Amino acid sequence: MATVDLKDIKKSFGKVDVIHGVDMEIADGEFIVIVGPSGCGKSTLLRMVAGLETITSGELLIGGKRANDTEPMDRDIAMVFQNYALYPHMTVADNMAYGLKIAGMPKDQIKAKVQEAAKLLQLDHLLDRKPRELSGGQRQRVAMGRAIVREPSVFLFDEPLSNLDAKLRVQMRLEIKDLQAKLGITSLYVTHDQVEAMTMADRMIVMNGGVAEQIGTPLDVYERPQTIFAAQFIGSPSMNLMDGRIDGGQLKVNDVSLGPVDTREGDVTVGLRPEHVFADSAGVLRLNVHQSEPLGANTLLHGTLEGKAFTASLPGVHRMPGNDRDMSLNFASENLHLFDPKTGKRI
Amino acid sequence: MAYQSDGMVEKSGASRWISHAIMILGVLFIFFPIWLAFVASTVTQADIVRPPMPVLPGPHFWENYKAALFSGVNVPVSVMLGNSLIMALGIAIGKIAISLLSAFAIVYFKFPGRKFFFWAIFITLMLPVEVRIVPTFEVVAGFGMLNTYQGLILPLIASATATFLFRQFFLTIPDELAEAARVDGARPMRFFWDIVVPMSRTNIAALFVILFIYGWNQYLWPLLITTDPSMNTIVMGIKQMFPSGDDTANWPVIMATSILAMIPPVVVVISMQKLFIRGLVDSEK
Ligand SMILES: Nc1ncnc2c1ncn2[C@@H]1O[C@H](COP(=O)(O)OP(=O)(O)OP(=O)(O)O)[C@@H](O)[C@H]1O
Ligand SMILES: [Mg+2]
Repeated sequence: MATVDLKDIKKSFGKVDVIHGVDMEIADGEFIVIVGPSGCGKSTLLRMVAGLETITSGELLIGGKRANDTEPMDRDIAMVFQNYALYPHMTVADNMAYGLKIAGMPKDQIKAKVQEAAKLLQLDHLLDRKPRELSGGQRQRVAMGRAIVREPSVFLFDEPLSNLDAKLRVQMRLEIKDLQAKLGITSLYVTHDQVEAMTMADRMIVMNGGVAEQIGTPLDVYERPQTIFAAQFIGSPSMNLMDGRIDGGQLKVNDVSLGPVDTREGDVTVGLRPEHVFADSAGVLRLNVHQSEPLGANTLLHGTLEGKAFTASLPGVHRMPGNDRDMSLNFASENLHLFDPKTGKRI
Repeated sequence: MAYQSDGMVEKSGASRWISHAIMILGVLFIFFPIWLAFVASTVTQADIVRPPMPVLPGPHFWENYKAALFSGVNVPVSVMLGNSLIMALGIAIGKIAISLLSAFAIVYFKFPGRKFFFWAIFITLMLPVEVRIVPTFEVVAGFGMLNTYQGLILPLIASATATFLFRQFFLTIPDELAEAARVDGARPMRFFWDIVVPMSRTNIAALFVILFIYGWNQYLWPLLITTDPSMNTIVMGIKQMFPSGDDTANWPVIMATSILAMIPPVVVVISMQKLFIRGLVDSEK
């Protein structure tokens, strides 16, 4: 159990700056998800907390103590790797016991701990197998087990589910979250999957190009995205953007008026989530539908609106609209998001 | 590809007989000289020099082998076998130990001159013992290691081939494994012993077999640096058994020695066969 504080953490590989300064205070027992597209520096950030990469500048505190120069084994962390990194020549039990063995714990105590963790993860009957005799999901559990037996203060996960099939991923997602809640261990979890981020996180860091675009609870990020990037990255299908203008207190896209707003005048980027529009013959938005994707519970309508691509997600089944393929949509004004087109920041 | 299956894949009828016949012929061809040597080691000197040469074993097996093992021509064969065994084991184990460690250093540590050392080792591949034999002799003689086991073993230990092979194997071990061990608290040598060496065991077994035979078959080097017959190794010792001048060679004892010289390598190959073949065929994931 420990807090983790990141203070303006930066990382460069030679001349290349990869992390441009991340600031965050993580409370004891919190589940933090680091999410972002490939190459944005998620793993690098996690590996700096693990001690597998040096920190170029800034300060890392684990449990209130400066840990910048501490060896991984002395940071009281455990890490679950993307490819599990199980020792191929050791049995499941030995894999889980290895860290404890090095720490010099007596044999019978190790055995008890391994048994306990195995039970928790339903691995009891697999303890004598080698990793190659296990399925992907079972290997994943062994990797978790190896982390659990050490009773670390901080869990680190680097895309632990990305090698599993979709169904197993959903199941393991719930199991990991459950386990973390039960054990109450502070966790950092890296993923590029926004669904994992939304469902698992107490708070998430949305990363892009080595910058933390937004740090907040999943609903925070969903309801009040602070940047265009965060707005588009979280939510599926992603948020529609339109080029708008505020003129005399009126928000306009081309000649369509979207209602009064009280912010600064001038150009703005208008964001509206697909699920926040509804069919309404009196609506001001006119969507020219090109394609419809019936998903059962809802239907995705893809088309253009005021000359730009736009997607609407409507509940229930919708057929393609009539001959001209035009459809009127409406929205609630509190669901509009306004961004500065130059800085990408929320207005 | 259906038309190919007639001749290539289907194993029936004439083609099957022919391929077996060819293989049997090949085996006979290779084994015949060994058989003759065995036959010659079970008869008397008189039987051998009187034509035609016998092709079936005679009744003097124990007598000839006892003579070879315990008195020999210059020195008992048991002594030479012991010398060979020490040399072959020393070379095989020494080479494996040194190349495991140097490959480990080159792959897992960033030290100044890492590239240089790797290439320095690599270049020695182009300089086999025979090429550098004169300066090596000078060095060994200078250290007073003529007629010693160290003299037999040490110059043959440094091995670019084995270092290179282990390096290639270590490069296939995922980095995540080293990192997992680091997080688990394993210091580098602990990682080496607990993870790297066990994972390399099939490679080690395969190399052991190859290097043991390499060491066992050394001829030129022992011939140069052992002048004392009690330090002779068996492979060179056989040559020393041929008399100089007009004496007649004691063929039955020489042949018994040859047969005895073959036994240890065969035992090593057979006893490590399973691991050895696994090491050559697949690397364990
Ligand atoms: N050892 C290194 N040397 C130089 N550049 C590196 C090194 N490791 C990572 N990078 C660069 O740092 C950036 C971030 O890498 P990182 O692995 O953290 O991305 P990521 O967000 O984890 O991506 P992914 O989702 O694909 O795993 C990338 O542009 C990568 O090329
Ligand atoms: Mg990554």
